[in-house]
Amino acid sequence: MEWEVVIGLEVHVQLATKTKIFSGAATKFGAAPNTQACAIDLGMPGVLPVFNGDALHKAVAFGLAIDAEIGKRSVFDRKNYFYPDLPKGYQITQMDHPIVGMGHVDINLDDGTVKRVNVTRAHLEEDAGKSLHEEFEGMTGVDLNRAGTPLLEVVSEPELSNAKEAVAYLKKIHSIITYLEISDGNMAEGSMRCDANVSIRRPGDPVLGTRCEIKNVNSFRFVEKAINYEILRHIEILEDGGKIVQETRLYDAEKDETRSMRSKEVANDYRYFPEPDLLPVIIDHDFIEQIAATMPELPDAKSARFITQYGLSDYDANVLAANKTLAQYFEDVVATSQDAKLSSNWVMGDLSALLNKNNLETAQSPISAQDLGTLILRIKDNTISGRMAKTVFEGMWDGEGAPDDIIAAKGLKQVTDNSAIEKIVDDVIAANPEQVAEYRSGKDKLFGFFVGQAMKLSRGQASPGQVNDILKQKLQGE
Amino acid sequence: MSLERSEVEGIAQLARLKIEAADIDSYATGLNNILNLVDQMQAVDTTGVEPLANPLDAVQRLRVDEVTEANQRELFQTLAPQAEAGLYLVPKVIE
Repeated sequence: MEWEVVIGLEVHVQLATKTKIFSGAATKFGAAPNTQACAIDLGMPGVLPVFNGDALHKAVAFGLAIDAEIGKRSVFDRKNYFYPDLPKGYQITQMDHPIVGMGHVDINLDDGTVKRVNVTRAHLEEDAGKSLHEEFEGMTGVDLNRAGTPLLEVVSEPELSNAKEAVAYLKKIHSIITYLEISDGNMAEGSMRCDANVSIRRPGDPVLGTRCEIKNVNSFRFVEKAINYEILRHIEILEDGGKIVQETRLYDAEKDETRSMRSKEVANDYRYFPEPDLLPVIIDHDFIEQIAATMPELPDAKSARFITQYGLSDYDANVLAANKTLAQYFEDVVATSQDAKLSSNWVMGDLSALLNKNNLETAQSPISAQDLGTLILRIKDNTISGRMAKTVFEGMWDGEGAPDDIIAAKGLKQVTDNSAIEKIVDDVIAANPEQVAEYRSGKDKLFGFFVGQAMKLSRGQASPGQVNDILKQKLQGE
Repeated sequence: MSLERSEVEGIAQLARLKIEAADIDSYATGLNNILNLVDQMQAVDTTGVEPLANPLDAVQRLRVDEVTEANQRELFQTLAPQAEAGLYLVPKVIE
């Protein structure tokens, strides 16, 4: 049977403010438990929240980046529920008047097309603490350092049609928040977390199927796997004549499955009402304009510029522009090498491969952009061949020094003297009379053999281009 | 509008209030009186009136993003029934 998949994502972005959204306690990751939880975060009697202007600033920047309406008047609400990591018994969030209204992001699909995904809203709220269930017999340990950390919850329309699209959307959001520097985007540390709402229906059915919400998935890979698992689970149930129960599920990465989160809660009724401890947040045109004036070039604009300015393919431009540091690195390489195509090949190829293999970020690259640019220059001015460049590149990675020093130290100068190469080619032809005869009688495939022999004879130092040209001449010559 | 006994029990559960079965009817009466008052107020024509988020005619002030709160964990944890390794301990909340 054919099924249509409908996915909507809720992305929680921790805003990179120095302090909590409603208190002056620090938000540093990894501090000793409860050392960054002040009286306000603990919900002590009599405390009052004071709104962090920088959280507002960052939320508005995000809204501008996704071309959204900014709420000139936004209102905080209380969402009431009981859980030990929420000491006040309610979460301060925004319900009817969020800071960011309807906007959109464009995602790049595998087939090269662009899909526009609408963002319903993004609202400000406070994060909860962390519960540790494992370490204490019959007890739960609560660390409230995270309680009150500012979150921007970004809610998409249910417009994503498969797990790959969901990941592309998530990566775009990640790219935007890191470009804006409103969040460090560190998923492993929970700076960006994702809930996925998944349902399926028969194609053409105007009514959405019953959805399940997969909570708190914290890597791109797991989002894809969790959604794919959930889709198959729905299909299996419905094709067996069963019914989907609307519920919240948790993804277990080890078993690669989602599981129902059994809740003791009888009814989920959050009884939202306007937060009486906070006043409406009013922002004017000037406030928004000031933020608009400081917006950096965003991934889509950068990608478009890479295509026109450097003549890159759509794909290359998108990959490079998706990561702000990588994009800057690439431009720094081009500044030295003056060759965009070779630069993008090296950055996206050898460099990215080694960075990934060693789990390093671009900023941690042991090879500077300038050194990589110089290496490319040496290929272009024929000092070294492409193959020698790989050897130099490895040396640079291993910290053996600047490209020119490595070239000198390893004696890697390419032989470009025509007469020297002609001598080598003559020797190869003289040494292999049988192959020469075969080649001349039409066995073209042997050409590679001669190139190999000539390169070997030159100990890899002859310019491959020149070897090719001279060989062709001499083999055809008689 | 009139609250049923089961709704009173539901509200008590949401508020984590333990109430005696014998008291449910009197709670229902009290809550119904409040709801009747709300009904009366809803009879007022509010067409064109913006809902009020706060009775004060003022705008939220913004705080500068600077750390002002020092670590007072030891002090706060003297109030907690149980704390260990810097964590507040509560009865286990999941099975």
